[in-house]
Amino acid sequence: MADSLKTITGNRGLQLEEPLIFEQGGPGRLGVDFAEPASIKNRLGGTERTAPIGLPDLSEPQTVRHYTRISQKNYGIDSGFYPLGSCTMKHNPRLNEKLARLPGFASLHPMQPLSTVQGALELIDTCAHWLKVITGMPAVAMSPAAGAQGELCGMMAIRAALEDRGDARKRVLVPESAHGTNPATAAACGYAVDSIPANERGRVDFDALMKKLDNDVAAIMLTNPNTCGLFENDIIRIADAVHQVGAFFYCDGANLNAIMGNVRPGDLGIDCMHINLHKTFSTPHGGGGPGAGPVVLSEPLVPYAPLPFVVHGENGFDLVEHKHGAGEKSFGRLKGFHGQMGMFIRALAYMMSHGSDGLAQASADAVLNANYLLAELKDTLSPSFDGPCMHECLFDDSFLKDTGVSTLDFAKAMIDEGFHPMTMYFPLVVHGALLMEPTESETKETLDQFIAALKGLTAKAKSGDADHFHQAPRLTPWRRLDETTAARHPVLRWSPPKDEAQAAE
Amino acid sequence: MRYLPLTDADRADMLAAIGAEGIKDLYRDVPPGALLSAAVDLPAHQGEMDVERAVSAMANKNLNAAEAPSFLGAGAYRHHVPATVDAMIQRGEFLTAYTPYQPEVSQGTLQYLFEFQTQVAMIAGMEVANASMYDGATATAEAVMMAGRVAKRKKAILSGGLHPHYRDATQTIAGFHGMTPEVAAPDWQGDENLIAAIDGETACVVVQNPDFFGRVRDLTRLADACHGAGALLVVVVTEAVSLGAITAPGDMGADIVAAEGQSIGNALNYGGPTVGLFAVRQKHLRQMPGRVCGETADIDGKRGWVLTLSTREQHIRREKATSNICTNSGLCALAFSVHMTLLGETGFRQLAAINHANAVRLADKLDAMAGLEVLNDTFFNEFTVRLPKPAAGVVDDLAAKGVLGGVPVSRLYARGAHGDAMENLLLVAATECTTDDDMEALVRSLSEVL
Repeated sequence: MADSLKTITGNRGLQLEEPLIFEQGGPGRLGVDFAEPASIKNRLGGTERTAPIGLPDLSEPQTVRHYTRISQKNYGIDSGFYPLGSCTMKHNPRLNEKLARLPGFASLHPMQPLSTVQGALELIDTCAHWLKVITGMPAVAMSPAAGAQGELCGMMAIRAALEDRGDARKRVLVPESAHGTNPATAAACGYAVDSIPANERGRVDFDALMKKLDNDVAAIMLTNPNTCGLFENDIIRIADAVHQVGAFFYCDGANLNAIMGNVRPGDLGIDCMHINLHKTFSTPHGGGGPGAGPVVLSEPLVPYAPLPFVVHGENGFDLVEHKHGAGEKSFGRLKGFHGQMGMFIRALAYMMSHGSDGLAQASADAVLNANYLLAELKDTLSPSFDGPCMHECLFDDSFLKDTGVSTLDFAKAMIDEGFHPMTMYFPLVVHGALLMEPTESETKETLDQFIAALKGLTAKAKSGDADHFHQAPRLTPWRRLDETTAARHPVLRWSPPKDEAQAAE
Repeated sequence: MRYLPLTDADRADMLAAIGAEGIKDLYRDVPPGALLSAAVDLPAHQGEMDVERAVSAMANKNLNAAEAPSFLGAGAYRHHVPATVDAMIQRGEFLTAYTPYQPEVSQGTLQYLFEFQTQVAMIAGMEVANASMYDGATATAEAVMMAGRVAKRKKAILSGGLHPHYRDATQTIAGFHGMTPEVAAPDWQGDENLIAAIDGETACVVVQNPDFFGRVRDLTRLADACHGAGALLVVVVTEAVSLGAITAPGDMGADIVAAEGQSIGNALNYGGPTVGLFAVRQKHLRQMPGRVCGETADIDGKRGWVLTLSTREQHIRREKATSNICTNSGLCALAFSVHMTLLGETGFRQLAAINHANAVRLADKLDAMAGLEVLNDTFFNEFTVRLPKPAAGVVDDLAAKGVLGGVPVSRLYARGAHGDAMENLLLVAATECTTDDDMEALVRSLSEVL
């Protein structure tokens, strides 16, 4: 078999081994050419650096080869199907990248006089307008840096509004199925977290919610569509009940891709919702950021929005940067400068490209693709709940019962088949969860190939070939990695080999 | 629509396979009346050319800092980004990957994060670093909350030389979290005494170096005073290039370094996205927020990397997590790392030397002008100038002449909060991009508008 061939170099054809940059440096190499600095008397006040830093010196060709080689060890949306539930791994249009790099945006300094950045403020305002119309909400705070910071923003606005009316409150209700960021955010805002169970249909248990809902509750944090991929049928009743006790409704907008253009969260009674521009509006995930998490707000929360924000002034666009005037009641500032401008450009390009018709079609296609997976796999895998689902479909691991194969093993075997695995073991409300989100970017042919692969793997598991799964993945440049040792004895940086370190001393 | 591959025939086949009559059937859980029957009130889809035209029109209304003589700093700096950086970060394998939760198919991301962490730890003079934060301001807030966990105290003393955005973000984020940040008055005269403010309740002192007004200091005594009182020293750096010229914060006794990494590899982008750097002592590792990548081996014994210490994080710990953060600033961290690899030890120190030399030359030119005074005794690539009249108006007048002359200090402080003492102060920065012609343009324009 080809995979048993041993090579002299350790390279395997196009699969090339690449050491760390720290193992490739050599004195005398340069990756940049600078002119000699002018001769001056330094003004560093005796703090000048004397100790070497330890950075390696590489040339430009080495650098390009290094990053090219390591990039080839990554699976991206560009490479193949990435049905990672709750993450919305859709196509990232390259037009967005091109526009974000226009010098008129990329080379703008955040502290330029406002007269020189009117186009930038117009872009932020235009992006905000699209987000407000899509969600049916009156205002949007643009500055949060990511979804989790958007959650923080929403909960801070809620706390500021409650404190302003002299009614601080202590608890936040969070369903069991919520993303981990929800309880972490509520705690970061100083609230106690009270968990609400799900019912047998995968939705919030309304009666259990009502039992916990009283005038000490500041807010409910509810994801809709929820993390089981289901629309919360009772959402309007829940919103009414929450408002009845004077609490606020925080909606986690991670799953906006299921409904954009077809349902406006504002029509469902929500008070605030963050929007992950890197999910719904195609800004790249980038191996873990940067994201952007604008938060739409209902009228009662608008006065408490974070600084800064764009307003229409007498001489064009203006920026409110301090706690006076329109910003008087703001709860404060969340990050440096004005938000993730580069992401606003990309998201706006995506929204304008789709238009109102394309956005509705995209979410409908995302829902259709997920329901197609659910329909075609329901007799092979074990669906957690009856359909229809929204943009993602959820299975538990009961189809693997008595096979000796776990959800993790099954996922690793999918890697050998050329797919990125789905989200595993989340949400926590079903056992051994497999959460699949195909997005609107996939063809029917891709879905059919995926379905055939999962059917084949399931048959293999049920035939007693557990070893195939325990050994997986076998065809990747690395096999399963030892995460336990990594956590127990953390090695978080390269250090020079001992003899080299001693020689330097 | 070019981004949507399903055809009408596909849709019909798939609906039939599902057993649904139409797409509305799949939305039947939406409460009655909430499912829209008409498109929302926005323009219809457009071709690539039309979108490019509309968005470019907005870009063209701006005066960009690369076309004008520009002296703006205050936490964001115009540096040259080598062409290689953008070519590498635009590789689809980096750009379109998710968080590396499946390490067997994510070693590219994991390897650069490990290299990034090492580079950050090295320049900060610290033992370990995380895989990045949103930006310098949020990193500072996280540092204060981390210090609270380590020292088991609530009070944080924020220097008056701390960037006002960092101060405000820290007050907001750490304040909501239950910390009590105490803010010193703006230290534009450089004479604050933080040591006297430290007491037995103090979790940490947060000091910026070079500070917001550009001053560079030896922090060793402050570090000793913190440690003597059981408090941590958090050192904030808004200009990462300075670390090539100045003694590392870790070597001055910092316990946590929170920095902005935009200067290395990242465009200005009107202030975002950027990349926060976060480095700590090994002994405090398990209280560090954010993602971290660690070395391990696969079952064949081959060296590789994984995300690790996730038991601190929200997806495992939920409300008990060290932070609610669930992303880093991955692609910006990659840009930082590629640029730092090109620079290397030699280039990084040369870059810092050029920045400092240009700033010294510019400071001397401005200080020689009638009515202008450079306030700093020390600085790296940015300093404070006192003008004979309010700086905000001067900056607007300079902009009208096509010169971005600096950042008026008054823009960063709420009006009236600190009297008029700072109205005439202008922050001026020079980098390797600053040419002799730029300096002459500033001197000439300033003499015209003053």
